[in-house]
Amino acid sequence: MTAPFSQSVEISLKVNGERVRRMVDARRHLIDFLRLDLGLTGSHAGCEQGVCGACTVRVDGTIVRGCLTLAAQLDGADVWTVEGVTETGEIADLQDEFVARNALQCGYCTPGMLLTAAELLNADAAPARAHIREHISGNYCRCTGYEAIVDAIEATTARRCGMPVPALKEAAE
Amino acid sequence: MKPSPIGYVRATSLAHALDLLAEGDGEEKVLAGGQSLVASLNLRLIESPNLIDINGLDELRGIGVEGDVVRIGALTRHCELMASDVVARHVPILREAAPLIAHAAIRTRGTIGGSIANADPAAELPACVVALDATIVLASKAGGERRVKAAEFFLGLFETDRRDDELLIAIEVPTIKPGERQSIRELVRRSGDYALAGLALAGPADAPRLVFFGVGDAPVVAGNAMAVLAGGGSIDEAALALEGDLDPADDINGSAGYKKHISRVLLKRALSVDRQFEAA
Repeated sequence: MTAPFSQSVEISLKVNGERVRRMVDARRHLIDFLRLDLGLTGSHAGCEQGVCGACTVRVDGTIVRGCLTLAAQLDGADVWTVEGVTETGEIADLQDEFVARNALQCGYCTPGMLLTAAELLNADAAPARAHIREHISGNYCRCTGYEAIVDAIEATTARRCGMPVPALKEAAE
Repeated sequence: MKPSPIGYVRATSLAHALDLLAEGDGEEKVLAGGQSLVASLNLRLIESPNLIDINGLDELRGIGVEGDVVRIGALTRHCELMASDVVARHVPILREAAPLIAHAAIRTRGTIGGSIANADPAAELPACVVALDATIVLASKAGGERRVKAAEFFLGLFETDRRDDELLIAIEVPTIKPGERQSIRELVRRSGDYALAGLALAGPADAPRLVFFGVGDAPVVAGNAMAVLAGGGSIDEAALALEGDLDPADDINGSAGYKKHISRVLLKRALSVDRQFEAA
């Protein structure tokens, strides 16, 4: 290997508001860095080719695929995972709606789904269901059929915008 | 899967990046948004590469308009194309194309330069820049800047005219003029998928340049159909002429005949319905 290239890289970044400094393998992607090096197992590695969305986390204010981002690239970055946004309470209402409306079953997609949905929460107007579906189109859920997830996001965004909140659906007899 | 061991270096300036490419053995990979490259690393389609990370190069960012040319820095992310007033006003096809690329969490990282240098034949932006008659700006330590017309840049499957020591630094796109139109249409099974077939068109409203994607090894300029339109032929005649332009392969997404069929449908829809992106 030629001289300027190194297989391990020092990075200094913020994760969930805390300063972290580590040497990482250049081949380490962000999700393995979070899970294996920092013990933050809330973010999930699914397909590891950018398709499933289970690894979605927030970097510098926008959502990214954790599996398609190398930790080495994140020197100086500001990373937030589901642990961090749970602790700050930023998405507590969204999480409550996920529970109330059965928007998760196995839970594998849920952290990525929450981070993706969180981007819609601070919009000025409540997004249409079609817009919600388009926004979460990069996040696979193999349990719910998405309907309950869209319900939960719709209800949360409606509440934050001061719009009428759709009623909970009654369980079938 | 996990990548094999990687060599990594963070370029600190454009000159540094060009030095690294000049001194390399031609096997270095430039890491821009990484949305195709890191997936390829994870799948070990690329083994033990040396990566030159250009994400810190602010000189490759930004969208500016000078005269009748919009210059888009190579590191411009897809989400920035979507948010740019300059793009919406002067190159509306790129504003329309960006949301078709993958998903929100990928558009925040993926870059226009990366998409064009990667030359995926099913990607939207390579077809757009060919339809726009854009110029690809490359830089190297030895040769300075080199400009290549988009139509000559794409040579084949993931193959371009970029030399090993060159970095793609910007795209220069002519602004839309009165009497011109721009539009992109594609057919996907699910939002964000690569297109089964797609069409980017730009140019004079009655006879735009027609560039198909997802139906060949590179963006396909539909010269026969364009000639029909330029000669005053009807939309149906142009659609029939596509038979001489397109030669897609059968693959898991559909037969060649199916892809040709939907290409004709996209052409008819684009020419007969899409008038909303004409210049004012």
